[in-house]
Amino acid sequence: MSTEVDARRAVTPAVTAPAPAARRRSPYPFWFCLPAAVIFFVFFVVPTFSSFFFSLTRWDLTSYEFIGLDNFVNFFQEPALVIGLKNTLIYAVVTCGLKVVLGILLAQLLTSQLIARGFLRSVAFFPVLVSTIGVGLTFTVLMDPSNGLINKSLAAIGIQGPAWLVDPRYALLSVALVDVWKGVGLATVIFIAGIVSIPREYFEASAVDGASAFRRFWHIVLPLSKPAVTTVIILSLIGGLRSFDLIWAMTRGGPGFTSDVIASVIYKQYQAGFYGLSTAGNVVLFILVTAIVFPLYRFLTRQEVDL
Amino acid sequence: MRTRRHLWLGLFGIVLFTVVFLVPFAFILFTAAKTRTEAGELQFSLPTTWTLLQNFGDALRARDYMLIIAFVNSTILTVASVAILVVLSAMVAYVVQRRQSRWNGLINFLVLSGLIIPPAVVPTVWVLQRLGLFKTLGGLILIEVAFGLSFCILLFRAFIATIPRDLDEAAIIDGAGPARLFFKVIFPLLKSVIVTVVIVQSVAIFNDFANPLYFLPGDENATVQLTVFNFQSQFSTQYNLLFADILLITIPPLLLYLFLNRRIVEGMTAGAVKG
Repeated sequence: MSTEVDARRAVTPAVTAPAPAARRRSPYPFWFCLPAAVIFFVFFVVPTFSSFFFSLTRWDLTSYEFIGLDNFVNFFQEPALVIGLKNTLIYAVVTCGLKVVLGILLAQLLTSQLIARGFLRSVAFFPVLVSTIGVGLTFTVLMDPSNGLINKSLAAIGIQGPAWLVDPRYALLSVALVDVWKGVGLATVIFIAGIVSIPREYFEASAVDGASAFRRFWHIVLPLSKPAVTTVIILSLIGGLRSFDLIWAMTRGGPGFTSDVIASVIYKQYQAGFYGLSTAGNVVLFILVTAIVFPLYRFLTRQEVDL
Repeated sequence: MRTRRHLWLGLFGIVLFTVVFLVPFAFILFTAAKTRTEAGELQFSLPTTWTLLQNFGDALRARDYMLIIAFVNSTILTVASVAILVVLSAMVAYVVQRRQSRWNGLINFLVLSGLIIPPAVVPTVWVLQRLGLFKTLGGLILIEVAFGLSFCILLFRAFIATIPRDLDEAAIIDGAGPARLFFKVIFPLLKSVIVTVVIVQSVAIFNDFANPLYFLPGDENATVQLTVFNFQSQFSTQYNLLFADILLITIPPLLLYLFLNRRIVEGMTAGAVKG
């Protein structure tokens, strides 16, 4: 009896007995998360939460005055700022829609038996890695209404090109097109990954049944690459709603305020020293993004088909 | 019949892709090599005289070597942020993947929020100011880390899930503590996903424009993406130098892409699909 107790004492409890083992220090300690958690908390969580408070104040970074919802009232009364809200939605929907449609068509093309397939994939993907500012400035020059390459080429085949960035009606859409040019490569490779993962038997079966290329695309490729579609929609929607770099490089929200989006409004108000108003813009953007992306994500993932 | 159609389709594709995707890059190269007056005409044509190296020199010398300083700043920023990101997010992903606890729900929620929620600009400036980190490279590094964590954690977690737990148990029986277990046993096994994270995040941080604009203003602190505006003014834009600058800041991602094409595409799609 006594020897048994001694033996148990001799061995460290952490190794043998199951009861103390539950209390022993886990090999996966939570302090591993600590450094990341501190950085994330200080530089992301704190600013996000304090933005709700500071959006209700007149603020100069050192002192603030509580003014209730005045900033939001301001935001929605100022026509220039309301345009920003509308433009953000248009921009996000247009870029997202075009990236999905063009991306899946390109992916379909680039997964077929095509010469130089690898080369074409590489070419389409490269703009994803290039500086947005560089792309923006390059296209600003290419889209020059009279001297730009795009309008000159259109004129050569007898089409009078629009004034692109200078025309208030087309400025925002022109920027959106450049965004699609830069981002469609990423959508394409995501779709390619989706299409490649579809089991070959489906295509063989449809070939036996004599399905046309279009029906094969519509009834097999599209439904079975749904997770890829979801990913592209969510990613490009988030990107589109938050977009700032490209618009800033190409139009700075102009002509007038016709191509302003919320992100550029936030920057302009920040530069002008209206910190409270700028933060209110941030809160509006926050609400817009979460109100659109979370429900959409739920909706899209619920409909997914299992392979 | 079928192959011939594919041949034509392929040729058509090559022409179309070249025009749509490569002509803008050719335009950058040609304009960067022109003299100032020729570049000002904005034509898509070969330069009559190639002055590419001279333009590079002029672009680098402009405003007291600002572009060189910017390259140094951007390099420090990219290397430091990516190094911190890799270590810290691998540690979080490891614990979250291995250990089931009631905190996991919260952590997952925070990770998703980090991906989706747009950062609040002015309050972040305020936090940086209170900590004395505003307008410092160190502050910007921490910002880049905070904003990049979510994406990296998702990538690492998916990969760590494929490493068998038997390995952990063997190391524990051999007497390895948590730190040794992770850094000596697990971390070296993450090599391939680390390469992916490094590439994707380097490109993202090197190309970042908005964060340096907000959190690191001032000429002496410029990062490369901000230098292109040096050559652009409302009245006299020096197009040859502007495009020489754009070309210079495009070279690092281009080199990376030429050597690691596969890896980058894999990383981007893996990250995207999991996110």
